[in-house]
Amino acid sequence: MLNVSINIALTMLALAMGCNLWRLLRGPDVTDRVLALDTLYINAVALLVLLDTADGKPLFYEAAILIALLGFVGTVAFAKFLLRGDIIE
Amino acid sequence: MFEFISAILILLGASFALIGSIGLVRFPDIYTRLHGPTKVTTLGLGGLLLGSMIYMFLQGEGVAVRELLIIGFLFLTAPVSAHLVAKAALHRRCRSVCGLPDRDADS
Repeated sequence: MLNVSINIALTMLALAMGCNLWRLLRGPDVTDRVLALDTLYINAVALLVLLDTADGKPLFYEAAILIALLGFVGTVAFAKFLLRGDIIE
Repeated sequence: MFEFISAILILLGASFALIGSIGLVRFPDIYTRLHGPTKVTTLGLGGLLLGSMIYMFLQGEGVAVRELLIIGFLFLTAPVSAHLVAKAALHRRCRSVCGLPDRDADS
């Protein structure tokens, strides 16, 4: 039962990442692209955790934590750059 | 029983992530588009991580603190990044479906 639900969830996450990629390529303004990139980070964390659950072994958790941390820092840096034109003032 | 709960949580989390991303595609402007990813997708990730935690506990890997760490960190940082992106969009005067505030309100 868990195998079936994990496969369905993997398909849903792939579709979600496809939606994010469409917005990343299309987005009319640069803020849309930053938002799509942030969502892509969150979905990548979900994908890594789900792959771990499918294996039954905790292999990718460090990678998931790193992506979560660096994704937040990257989004803040992008927004800061758009606001001020500079990251470290 | 617990495997059933874990499967339900994983399915709920993944469908929430998908709904948030569909919202990112379908909403008309950047200010409404902020709602989908930053609220719905983060909640979906929380459900998915809870399901994964229950399953790992059943596998005998012990109580995983790392999942709780990821949940806490994402729930703390998602509003901050959403606020900053909204501020950047206001600063750049992005198109909005219901008009923008005065120039003085943005600072």
